Amino acid sequence: MKSLAELAAIREKMKDRVVLREGQGDIRVVVGMATCGIAAGARPVLSAFVEGVANEGLSDKVTVTQTGCIGICQYEPVVEVFEAGKEKVTYVKMTAEKAKEVIEKHLKGGSVVSEYTIGSNQ
Amino acid sequence: MKELSLNVLDIAKNSVKAGAKNVVISIAETSDTLELKISDDGCGMTPEFLKNVTDPFCTTRTTRPVGLGLPLLKLEAEQTGGNMSIESKAEELSPDDHGTVTRALFYKNHIDMTPLGDICSSVVTLIQGNPDIDFLFTHTSPEFEVKLDTKELREVLGEDVPLDNAEVLVWITGYLKGQYNGEE
Repeated sequence: MKSLAELAAIREKMKDRVVLREGQGDIRVVVGMATCGIAAGARPVLSAFVEGVANEGLSDKVTVTQTGCIGICQYEPVVEVFEAGKEKVTYVKMTAEKAKEVIEKHLKGGSVVSEYTIGSNQ
Repeated sequence: MKELSLNVLDIAKNSVKAGAKNVVISIAETSDTLELKISDDGCGMTPEFLKNVTDPFCTTRTTRPVGLGLPLLKLEAEQTGGNMSIESKAEELSPDDHGTVTRALFYKNHIDMTPLGDICSSVVTLIQGNPDIDFLFTHTSPEFEVKLDTKELREVLGEDVPLDNAEVLVWITGYLKGQYNGEE
């Protein structure tokens, strides 16, 4: 089982990286996690973003956060991507699989996955 | 909701919204029942608000006048022959001792019982979204006992590393799953 000693090791490892964290937040991924989002399957979508961003080493430039009801419940799970100097991108009817694709193509590659955006789903 | 653990995530968010600093989530199972209890030290509710709180048209959300969180939990409990109750003390009426306790009792062998599902994922999601709140999670049954106290984790991590650090979240998931699997 995971031990508290392993947690202490994470603390040691993170010590040097604390300064780096300050500069984070070029890209902000926001997942709608109100009742409507949760019921539509937002939890695995959020988990996919949190894990994917960590695994791809994107933690320094991407922050993943949760928000309440965005107001378009029929399109849940909804994910918004905010990037400084660019227009907001709204992904709708997301799944964990689609999230992986967005991480790869959009967050890493810089190109919006148009077929999952709200514009293509109306 | 397809899983009870999704209701847990949803209801615990009410505590977050109430400005709670401490949220206690406990699941206690017997061979026949499952009792879910979520308590917090948030702003609480006035008796008037409490009376209407399971009405779907009673909500604090601002995007539309419908809130289904508590009504859904109530439905899921009652469809197994169980029940749901809420006690609350409003901060405005009781400044020194306030907060809300939501209890739901399920008869888990009933055919309409909603499966608990991935509760580890709900706990981790709550911590990820609210790294400054302390969560105490316990899940007991005749076969096992699972416990996670973010206060203990904070002591180990110190002030430098937040609980929503990606590696910490991975550790928490492993820590919880290890307890469920009975690892030493």
